Amino acid sequence: MSVMNVNPTRMELSRLKKKLTVATRGHKLLKDKRDELMRQFLDIVRENKALRAEVESLVAKANKSMIMARSVMQSEAMSTALMMPKQQVSIEVSQKNIMSVDVPVFASKTKTDNPHDIYSYGYAFTGGDLDEGVRTLAEALPGILKLAQQENAVQLMASEIEKTRRRVNALEHVMIPDLKDTIRFITMKLDENERSSQTRLMKVKDMMIKETIESKQA
Amino acid sequence: MAKICVIGDYDSICGFNALGIDTFVSTERDDTVRTIENLAVNHYVIILITENIALKITDILDKYKSEPLPAIITIPAVSGGGNLGMQYLRKAVEQAVGSADMIFGADE
Repeated sequence: MSVMNVNPTRMELSRLKKKLTVATRGHKLLKDKRDELMRQFLDIVRENKALRAEVESLVAKANKSMIMARSVMQSEAMSTALMMPKQQVSIEVSQKNIMSVDVPVFASKTKTDNPHDIYSYGYAFTGGDLDEGVRTLAEALPGILKLAQQENAVQLMASEIEKTRRRVNALEHVMIPDLKDTIRFITMKLDENERSSQTRLMKVKDMMIKETIESKQA
Repeated sequence: MAKICVIGDYDSICGFNALGIDTFVSTERDDTVRTIENLAVNHYVIILITENIALKITDILDKYKSEPLPAIITIPAVSGGGNLGMQYLRKAVEQAVGSADMIFGADE
């Protein structure tokens, strides 16, 4: 129970009542927003969790092949083989709006269309493990891009949900009860004033009647 | 045009070179932080970072989390990985929902 520091007047009362309707409406809207955000967020998180496990296992597999390749090849030969890539990946960024959260969307573009351009070396001086490793990485790449997009979305949505949740709670547990209490307080105070002036009038009337009767008798 | 790159120790990232992704070899904290700051202003929108390096700069990762770009995500290193990526995911769910048990199970 906490009453705001306001003057108990009719004007204040109608102002607070207006404020209460706005607050209730805002509370309902924010609550809906929070619920929908939460639903989409959990969907993305579930997807993201599966995708991350998949990508991590692919990258781990590629890493294994690369270690094998390194162990059988001279490191100079290996760095020469990988030094000049034929392929070039660039990213196009666009925006997607999920419940007022702007989330970046990534699309990858490669310089050449040939999927075999990932092998930037002649096969004469390299081992099969290197091919294997590079191929597995190439396989993982679309997943990695999707993962980047989703993880980014998850982080952004998490902070948005937190903000919205705080707002909903502030409205529900502080703002709206305070407004209700204050409205009640003002109504009671106004009623009380009404009653006191009523009694005062009755008293005055009694006194006047008494005076008239006394003057008539005299 | 936006770009993608990977940061980590040479063994973990040399393969990405062949795919046409820029690689930046870095193993020390100061070096990595400087690299990331440079990359962030140079149109790199996705920065992959190996987990062993990521563990050294978690505070920097937290800083970039609240910004839409660049997206910094961790990938396993050659030396094998913990589960930093999953931990971040779990943390995000905790931040949003209050408890991550419904998705990740209570046993972690």
